[in-house]
Amino acid sequence: MDTATVRIVEPDGEVAAGAPAPPPVAELLAGYRAMVLARRLNEQAGALVRQGRLAVYPSSRGQEACQVAAAAVLAERDWLFPTYRDTAAVVARGVDPVEVLTLLRGDWHCGYDPLAHRVAPQATPLATQLLHAVGVGHAARLKGDDDVVMALCGDGATSEGDFHEACNFAAVLGAPVVFLVQNNKYAISVPLARQTAAPSLAAKAVGYGMPGVLVDGNDLAALTVVLGEAVRRARDGGGPTLVEADTYRMDAHTNADDAGRYRGEDEVAGWALRDPLLRLRAHLVARGALTEQLQAEYAAAAEALAARTRDGVTRGGGVDPEEMFAHVYATPTAQLAEQRALLRTELELEGS
Amino acid sequence: MTGARKLTMAQAINTALRDALTADRSVVVFGEDVGPLGGVFRVTDGLTRDFGEQRCFDTPLAESGIVGLAVGMAMNGLRPVVEMQFDAFAYPAFEQVVSHVAKFANRTRGRVRLPLVIRIPYAGGIGGVEHHSDSSEAYYAHTPGLTVLAPATNADAYALLRAAIELPDPVVFLEPKKHYFLAEEVDVLAPAPPIGRAVVRRAGRDATLIAYGPSVPVALAAAERAATDGRDVGVVDLRSIVPFDDDTVCAEVRRTGRAVVVAEAPGFASVASEVVARVTERCFHHLEAPVRRVTGFDVPYPPPELEGYYLPGTDRILDVVDDLQWDAT
Ligand SMILES: Cc1ncc(C[n+]2csc(CCOP(=O)(O)OP(=O)(O)O)c2C)c(N)n1
Ligand SMILES: [Mg+2]
Repeated sequence: MDTATVRIVEPDGEVAAGAPAPPPVAELLAGYRAMVLARRLNEQAGALVRQGRLAVYPSSRGQEACQVAAAAVLAERDWLFPTYRDTAAVVARGVDPVEVLTLLRGDWHCGYDPLAHRVAPQATPLATQLLHAVGVGHAARLKGDDDVVMALCGDGATSEGDFHEACNFAAVLGAPVVFLVQNNKYAISVPLARQTAAPSLAAKAVGYGMPGVLVDGNDLAALTVVLGEAVRRARDGGGPTLVEADTYRMDAHTNADDAGRYRGEDEVAGWALRDPLLRLRAHLVARGALTEQLQAEYAAAAEALAARTRDGVTRGGGVDPEEMFAHVYATPTAQLAEQRALLRTELELEGS
Repeated sequence: MTGARKLTMAQAINTALRDALTADRSVVVFGEDVGPLGGVFRVTDGLTRDFGEQRCFDTPLAESGIVGLAVGMAMNGLRPVVEMQFDAFAYPAFEQVVSHVAKFANRTRGRVRLPLVIRIPYAGGIGGVEHHSDSSEAYYAHTPGLTVLAPATNADAYALLRAAIELPDPVVFLEPKKHYFLAEEVDVLAPAPPIGRAVVRRAGRDATLIAYGPSVPVALAAAERAATDGRDVGVVDLRSIVPFDDDTVCAEVRRTGRAVVVAEAPGFASVASEVVARVTERCFHHLEAPVRRVTGFDVPYPPPELEGYYLPGTDRILDVVDDLQWDAT
């Protein structure tokens, strides 16, 4: 298996020797803009945690190229299966950031309509969502639809049994699924070397009988090409692809984590030089495509997104305690009705 | 001699692991992030540094793998103590726990016992997002072959974990995560309570609250408030769900004639239900009122902004205590 890393734009912005053709400039500009927004969203969400407005935020700072590309290569009718870390990808897909952050604000478990957006709820139990993704894809085929499913997970999640089962099911069924593993080098504190002895995560694809591609996960151009091809193949009936994106989690696992316990500043500083935004900016500026004016426009759009997010999250959705009982069954059981009445009485007494 | 010091529950459990690793070469600790990080709750802090990678190590991220590995290691003479990172993240290991951990001794007519401990941080009250606050004790308690311990104090966490590691049978050890960072006096040299013995935390004449784990301090607070209303309410801390201490629980209820079980888990088909059934069967002729439950609602654990409405609190407990047919006496 060829596990050479696909790269188009080098960290300094130059085009890599022998690289595949980059996507059109307009696509790269749109991608750069989306990354600027994603970066700002990561920073804003971090600030909201520090202010106590969000319970927790797993940041994708440093992984914005993956976040943006995963959404950008999908058609509107396609599906995205994100994890807790993929808030920016869900927003890039077009879901309102305040709705997305409902989960992390602690108002409800999922704040957007998965069917309306074709975005599954962000999954926390690792790798479990990958099987759902295969199911959605297989159902699309049975219905005669040509929808494609983008299924996200982290490097650590590839150790779970469900990862294996999902890859195997997808390959055996020929399901239209693209598995995008964001290898950000850590599962909380545990480095990749403790997850796998395989030469790469992409190399695992051979055991399932599907193509595996290792791509520079901080190179939006390469990700767009690789994921775009995988989506096309899936749509054309070519079955699943396993894509490993070589990237890095620049922030701690979450705000509750102390990354100093397991990784050095030097390592983080080294990855800062491979930043996905700096790289694409250098490339687009050198090509004369990214003007000062465009940069200012993107920055303003990012500020507007941050302000909308900040205001919406700070204002909050307002919670209704009785909603606890509302969605457990299509028809509430008699017991739930009784318990709901008990809570209502308590609340009325409190209010009086 | 006394070994009393102030320890948080995380430190008390860390001390128990250290003392067990020191006392017995066959004890090994493993799980997710338990090595250099010291666990997400720092329960295994410093163990890899002090005992080496062989005795405390990070595994690949797979709970079924962790428990399955522990089964094999226990078959081959070791005493694994494994950590599930959170209650709901132990579910991928369910098959190993139910089909193998719980049944091995029975299948082999006692030839192969599995002296392993599965530590699980559980329950809510920490503002955790979904899958971080489940009270999963009923699944384990319902599975014959598992010993299920649920300490409520830091001293019990220390003593019961030491006893669990020494037990020849597998133990599910439930750690109330909202207690992890609360400090209490712990005497590591105090005589340890035997596994399977409940304790009367507060004697009472009028009614008995029965609780375990994170609900014990809530029950004690309710009893305190009841006292100011002139009602003498006692509290029994089960400590051990399996084996169940019928004697201690029933002796109290027979004295008071009234009992309320308090637990965070949804009440339907729960440990609390089992307690009600056992008490009713054994104390029927002493009861002045039906044995009642104050539990979580029968809904998935709610998001952080709603958990205050879900968790059994002192108000809800006292409302039920008030309802125990006092006029009839
Ligand atoms: C089944 C399961 N076990 C444990 C956890 C706790 N946990 C949350 S995130 C995480 C690390 C995941 O690492 P990785 O898959 O690399 O994703 P990353 O967080 O790096 O994006 C762990 C262990 C979980 N969410 N689900
Ligand atoms: Mg990772």
